[in-house]
Amino acid sequence: MRSLDLTNTRFCLTALLLLSLVCVLAPHPARAQSPSNPEVTDHPNDDGSAVILSFGLAGDELLELMPQVQIEGVWHDTETAPVLLSSLDKRSDHPEIYGWGVTDGNAELRPDDYYVPISKYVTVGEDGEPSVVPVSPELGEFAVRLVVDPAGRAESHPAGSVQATGQLFNRNMSFRVLLAFLFAGIIMYFILAARRNPNIFIRRIAGLEAVDEAIGRATEMGKPVLHINGLDSLATLSTVAAVNILGRIAGKVATYESDLLVPCFDPVVMTVSQEVVKNAYIEAGRPDNYREDNIYFLTDQQFSYTASVCGIMLREKPAANFLLGYFYAESLLLAETGNTTGAIQIAGTDAQAQLPFFITTCDYTLIGEELYAASAYLSREPMLLGSLRGQDLAKAFVMVMIFLGTLLSTFGSEWLSRLWTPL
Amino acid sequence: MMFLRKQLPIILAFVIGLGLWLQAYIPHRTSSAGLTTFTQSWAVILAGCALLLGILSAVHHHWTKIKLRRQGFAYSIITLGAFVVTLVAGLSWWNWPGFGAAKMADGSLFTWIFDNVFTPLAATMFSLLAFFIASAAFRAFRARSFEATALLIAGCIVMLGRVPIGELIPLGGGHDLSDVAGWIMNVPNAAAQRAILVGVILSQVAISIRIIFGIERTYMGGSD
Repeated sequence: MRSLDLTNTRFCLTALLLLSLVCVLAPHPARAQSPSNPEVTDHPNDDGSAVILSFGLAGDELLELMPQVQIEGVWHDTETAPVLLSSLDKRSDHPEIYGWGVTDGNAELRPDDYYVPISKYVTVGEDGEPSVVPVSPELGEFAVRLVVDPAGRAESHPAGSVQATGQLFNRNMSFRVLLAFLFAGIIMYFILAARRNPNIFIRRIAGLEAVDEAIGRATEMGKPVLHINGLDSLATLSTVAAVNILGRIAGKVATYESDLLVPCFDPVVMTVSQEVVKNAYIEAGRPDNYREDNIYFLTDQQFSYTASVCGIMLREKPAANFLLGYFYAESLLLAETGNTTGAIQIAGTDAQAQLPFFITTCDYTLIGEELYAASAYLSREPMLLGSLRGQDLAKAFVMVMIFLGTLLSTFGSEWLSRLWTPL
Repeated sequence: MMFLRKQLPIILAFVIGLGLWLQAYIPHRTSSAGLTTFTQSWAVILAGCALLLGILSAVHHHWTKIKLRRQGFAYSIITLGAFVVTLVAGLSWWNWPGFGAAKMADGSLFTWIFDNVFTPLAATMFSLLAFFIASAAFRAFRARSFEATALLIAGCIVMLGRVPIGELIPLGGGHDLSDVAGWIMNVPNAAAQRAILVGVILSQVAISIRIIFGIERTYMGGSD
């Protein structure tokens, strides 16, 4: 029997051949493909803190390779640490940059084109410590290159360099500017028209018609009127609307010589409310009846305020409660407590989630826009009423646009709905 | 004096209002840094001053109530007592016995009061909402009219459809009660909410114009 001779030339050649065959047939990682057409451009319509890096990658490999795509920045001849991209976006995901015309969307392209080209925001923080790419556009131009599979160093060509700049006008907002001017123009026209023809018809709003009745009842019963300006600051327009209504209510309360209580959630609102009520009393010819102590700050903690106002309702038993402005979870607690005391309650808010609670527990509820119309309605000032007329016309315009947009979308045209989509 | 009380606020409202409106369309950082930061800084300063006024107002209100022995003055004693204790705890630079930190740091008397007194009390008030919702729902769901009946039926469907049992109530065609609940929320409910929203936004545009152009002046204590 012949023994195995490892020095045998034929044996060595056979083994080498088999080994080569195994190496060829064995699965191995896909060879990384270099990103194609890398391009770095300034981000349009921004404040100068971002650039866009776009490049192409072959579709099927991308999902495997994506976690290995890195950006390497070259900044003033200093190579920065590479940053791993956490996600990649398609151009069609960003109509605010590329417009609505880009069609590399989901269904329309061949598989190879699915992810090509790809853009990625490269944002830089204001503190000079960028979170994605370690370069700061504020300092000048920079260049980047992409590396796929760093182990294999499948690099792109340098993507060039760009200076990130801030723009003076956001072109994506052109339609919004046009709409703002249109609505403002309509409203201003009717305000001016109201000067010439002050007889403007305004539909009856039951909640506002009941204001006189509520204050009159409080006067007859010798009980105070309670007014809440909501739980937001004066930066919220519904609070401004509530303070405007407070002025009208205070004028009537002063005329009837009743008491008005205004516990406030916000100290700024308190200060303004004091001024508004004081002037209302002066204009009503009852400055002596004004009591600054009745308009006071309680607390700026939501449920502490709620507990305090509920206590006032139960102790003072006001005959009329006005809950106007912006409310949160406390709306039902306040309105239900007021309901148990038997007071006439008039609520008004544009907080949609709280409207059902007010409708359930209050005698009258001003829904959304009625809150803003209240000041004009109560004063009957022609110029203020004119703005309501203009507002109604603008609303009619929006209704027509919604109808047309729905119609066009139904027939496959997205033109109108895209025009109204904020970018 | 009249200029400071009447004209100046209108001029400020016009300039700042118009400036902030235009600023929304200018993305350049000079715009946001210049105007937004400026107004925000002023808002913080004013809020700080106003908070001081607010505290003085609250103390004055409760002190007067105690002094005149008005109804419920005992609550004012508790309020002022709690105010003083919390204020002292928050400002004291020494460690109170049994507490490992001073002022408002973690482990201080102040945080103990906040965590063990204030937070449970606030949670108690919030939890009352469950009972209030029950009584309000009872009133809302009394089927006295067509609208109330429709509300009752829709409410029951949504409540059942939003809990797991809703998915076990088949309605045929592969649908169950949760699908109907979803439809009610996403179609009629969303449509009504958007209608309200459109009205609110247009009203906000109108009131902004009235304030910017000085047509609405009630908020500054003046007549129109």
